[in-house]
Amino acid sequence: MNSVVCIKQVPDTETLIKIDASGTGIVTDGVKWIMNPYDEFAVEEALKQKEKAGAGSVAIVSLGLDRAIEAIRTALAMGADTGVHISDPEFYAKADPYATAAALAAAIKGLQYDAIWLGKQAVDDDASQVPAILGEMLGLPVVTMVVKFEAAGGKATVTREIEGGQAILEVPLPAIFSAQKGLNEPRYASLPGIMKAKKKPVDVKKAADLGVNQAPMTTTKSIILPPARQAGKKVEGDDAEAKARALAKALHEEAKLI
Amino acid sequence: MPGTLIYAEVQKGEIKKAAYEITSKAKSLGGEVSAVFIGSGVAGLAPNLAKYGADKIYVVDAPDFKDYVTEAYVQAIAQVVDKVKPSVILTAASAQGRDLTPALAARLKVGSLSDVVDLNLEGGKVVAKRPIYAGKAYVMVEATGDPQIISIRPNSFTATTTAGIGAIENVAVSLDASKIKVVVRAVEVTATKEPDQTEAEIIVSGGRGMKGPENFAMLEELAHAFGPTATTGASRAAVDAGWRDHAYQVGQTGKTVSPNLYVAAGISGAIQHLAGMGTSRVIVAINKDPEAPIFTKADYGVVDDLFKVLPALTTEVKKIKG
Repeated sequence: MNSVVCIKQVPDTETLIKIDASGTGIVTDGVKWIMNPYDEFAVEEALKQKEKAGAGSVAIVSLGLDRAIEAIRTALAMGADTGVHISDPEFYAKADPYATAAALAAAIKGLQYDAIWLGKQAVDDDASQVPAILGEMLGLPVVTMVVKFEAAGGKATVTREIEGGQAILEVPLPAIFSAQKGLNEPRYASLPGIMKAKKKPVDVKKAADLGVNQAPMTTTKSIILPPARQAGKKVEGDDAEAKARALAKALHEEAKLI
Repeated sequence: MPGTLIYAEVQKGEIKKAAYEITSKAKSLGGEVSAVFIGSGVAGLAPNLAKYGADKIYVVDAPDFKDYVTEAYVQAIAQVVDKVKPSVILTAASAQGRDLTPALAARLKVGSLSDVVDLNLEGGKVVAKRPIYAGKAYVMVEATGDPQIISIRPNSFTATTTAGIGAIENVAVSLDASKIKVVVRAVEVTATKEPDQTEAEIIVSGGRGMKGPENFAMLEELAHAFGPTATTGASRAAVDAGWRDHAYQVGQTGKTVSPNLYVAAGISGAIQHLAGMGTSRVIVAINKDPEAPIFTKADYGVVDDLFKVLPALTTEVKKIKG
């Protein structure tokens, strides 16, 4: 089974977000960069499917700055075979989901795949759009929010999370899948894995090398921080029951929520 | 403002509340408001949309649409779009909306904006406000294509009834079956009437301090006492411990929620969790540890044993509710 996994390097979820001087970006000094957490499920699933089939390949594709190579190396250390790094600061600075999908689509066209995996969303812009756009551009069916995957006989049977439950779908391969938490337990890169990853081939390209000049379809006007939340009052009382009573009273009379 | 088309999602035989919220908001922005909904045996739901301000309601009702299949729904809406020629398309950022909206936008060769919490008109174009980094920041952003396609987070706007009477039109769509590759084998939805966390007005959430899966019944009882608009949630710690399904997780790698009331029981308040619920109108924290970071964000803090506070609170809420 051959898979392509699209990954994105994002700020660690612990990051305290600050707005930069331009007002349209965030301060990146001191930020720790990680592979998008949902992409780890995507990488793991591609590796699992290759192992299960006993043959195949896992290629990683990422659009990002130079430093995105670290996320690609992490995926290679987990066990992926090759990488394509669309390293293009100018393109990346303006890339919205539409432009990102165009770049990924162009890079994927030269690769072999039965399945294309992505995380269900990147935890920076939280757009959750690239899988669908990629599907349209490559003319492939897309199943998002996958929590269970089995491939056999040229098709996949997948379970996707829906509101209040799950749906079981069948889709012919090749197809695109987005990974939701619960799909698997991503493995850690082993030390030998990390050593091997250093020698695995990564193709570095500019968007123009791939023939991509897709303009973004959205314009960022500004980024703002939410109003800071202040600590409110401590609910007082002699014991837990008294505090519960005081809280219920406050929710009823002050906040008018009961 | 030129016309808006709203995709109104049908779930469990009813149009979702989020569709009414969006319809009311679109009405307040001006211009003609059309709505479309899709399903099998759902035609009778149309008048409800008129009540919230839809001038024109398009009904796509056929057995093909019994189950949600992205491609089939995209084709149907694209045909209605072709007819209505709206300049703005609004959907709910529900689980289905988040799947459908970017696929529809890609079909129409435009970009879209997901999970928007506010809309404003600037020079005839909609500028949207949407959370990024799970709500640690917001971006003001414009979709530059035509139409502008935007999914709206539930609970962002208030649904208001108006006196209007919308004209109802049934639309027969023709599907290109060769493009519909996905087959639905089964849909398993829990019978619960509880709202989804993203749509609930009250969420009672538990964390590591709940000590085990069996104790979540306490949270369910409190949610139940609050009424049908309440549900339960969980922190990442509780989900990773296997106490709760991931569908309950609130925070950066779970759901971002914005209820009227968020009760955090035994949740310390990691930055990822605070990002996911920080826009709740009122936050209550119940925790034994007075130093827990959650208290810095809580409107009401109860420093005590949650195993004593929760049952007592449930009793008090029931008393008030009568």
